[in-house]
Amino acid sequence: MKDEDRNVTTTATETYTREIKLDLSKLKLSPKLTKIVRSVSLSAAGIFVFLILWQATANSIVTSLGQFPGPTQVWEQIGNLQDDYQREKDREIAFYERQEERNARTLERDPDAEIRIREYTGRPTFIDQIQTSLVTVMFGFVLATLIAVPLGIICGLSETIYSAINPIIQTFKPVSPLAWLPLVTMVVSALYVSEDPMFEKSFVTSAITVALCCLWPTVINTTVGVASVDQDLVNVSRVICLSTPMHIRKIVLPSAVPLIFTGMRLSLATGWMVLIAAEMLAQNPGLGKFIWDEFQNGSSDSLGRIMVAVLVIGLIGLVLDRLMLSLQRWLSWDKQTVLR
Amino acid sequence: MSYLEISSVGIEFNTESGKFRALQDVSLKIEKGEFISLIGHSGCGKSTVLNILAGLYEATEGGIILEGKQVNSPSPDRAVVFQNHALLPWLTCYENVELGVKQVFKDTKTKAEMKEWIEYNLDLVHISHAKNKKPHEISGGMKQRVGIARCLAMQPKVLLMDEPFGALDALTRAHLQDSLMEIHADLGTTVVMITHDVDEAVLLSDRIVMMSNGPAATIGDILTVDLPRPRDRLALAEDADFVHARQQVLEFLYDKHKFPTKAA
Repeated sequence: MKDEDRNVTTTATETYTREIKLDLSKLKLSPKLTKIVRSVSLSAAGIFVFLILWQATANSIVTSLGQFPGPTQVWEQIGNLQDDYQREKDREIAFYERQEERNARTLERDPDAEIRIREYTGRPTFIDQIQTSLVTVMFGFVLATLIAVPLGIICGLSETIYSAINPIIQTFKPVSPLAWLPLVTMVVSALYVSEDPMFEKSFVTSAITVALCCLWPTVINTTVGVASVDQDLVNVSRVICLSTPMHIRKIVLPSAVPLIFTGMRLSLATGWMVLIAAEMLAQNPGLGKFIWDEFQNGSSDSLGRIMVAVLVIGLIGLVLDRLMLSLQRWLSWDKQTVLR
Repeated sequence: MSYLEISSVGIEFNTESGKFRALQDVSLKIEKGEFISLIGHSGCGKSTVLNILAGLYEATEGGIILEGKQVNSPSPDRAVVFQNHALLPWLTCYENVELGVKQVFKDTKTKAEMKEWIEYNLDLVHISHAKNKKPHEISGGMKQRVGIARCLAMQPKVLLMDEPFGALDALTRAHLQDSLMEIHADLGTTVVMITHDVDEAVLLSDRIVMMSNGPAATIGDILTVDLPRPRDRLALAEDADFVHARQQVLEFLYDKHKFPTKAA
């Protein structure tokens, strides 16, 4: 009886071990899969340890707004913010429904009546603020890139122009764009006057501030990229007698693409950081304003909500960088190099 | 009047430690279809002569006369084969050749004619099979073949070669030398080639121009190589004239003009 029992157990264990062995051999068969499994499990382990340390530290910090938020509180607040968004959306839909009903009734009574359609002006939710910030940063970044890449190409091609412009670039580069913020705000208020503005003034101010800091890394890296085109290739272009536009298109741009993208990625990263600060400082709509409002609000949920914003800012920064990297991979002629 | 003339060319460079005279009074007359080698120690200004011929450098004194006209800027009629091929890495072999062809024949050839002409030139250097590959996918010797095809396809009046086979291994170099001799025999192109390799110079050249050491380098001696063409490297190895010519170049380089006294 007992022997039989033991036999059963052994067989079960054997089968189990064999299964594990089979799994391992499968993994060995495809090194790519092993690599992915390894990197995913290492990331997961890293995140897990971080969460535990975070919760432990958070538990021991008590502020005047309550306990410092740990992962659990953050998770709770993510749910709350989602609910807020849903509630606000429902209210908006209800508002428009009421308005339509009211207008329909007015028209029924008097078909010639002038009906007014009002925009819903509810409190912007967390999701709205994320969208605002994303649109602002992209707008500022694109604006800066459109200026910086051509300027960098000119500086890279002409030693004379570079010498003339370099001191200006080097002086403005270390200036925090936040120092520009008051000036930008006043200039935008003074110059951007129109009856039916396409963009909000606050949006223009934030975007220009972002553009001001996105400019420099791209200009400098593009200049270096263009100036360091292989001299042999420049000579080839001279012997073939390529025109300047052709020279730029065929020789300069492909050579400089890696450094142009390095500059653009640096620009986008700093732009995103600066935007949050600018929104906090200028009370322009966006994630920065969300954080500042929560801070001023001072409820027991505030710190948790701010922490959610911090994580979202980080994740968006990560995604933006990955997107730029994919774009670079797609555009670059050299598919060999490992891009990080 | 000769086809191509280097007329009392001298050049000075502005360096941090003042002016540096690289070349002094270099004069040479080259006939159409001639194969000229420039040989000399490192730093003697061979490349500078070639760059002046190409129009990439401007001579301080004297100048270059091609078919009776002075030339002082780069042009496809003096195409350059660079030592390290200088192919555009983002273009395929075909596109690399195409870049020059489009520039030179944009008004005279139709698209179909250009395509045919590019393929003819790729065929000439035996590289047709790799025409759609990028430079990083092919060997060093093949890259240099494409570099030669790019130049030949521009139908240059003079083909300038800056140590074209210097970076290749001995076997590949021999193959390319044979190809170059074939092309030279077929097309009758005028060639000016820089080399470090005495055997290469004697095998390929009609005349070998030996340069003295810099600064203020100039032409030290010119050796006419009177070997009949086509030349066969195996047969020549034992040939008395070949050995004698080789001996003379070696004597010039290692006896009359020893290694540069000043570090180049």
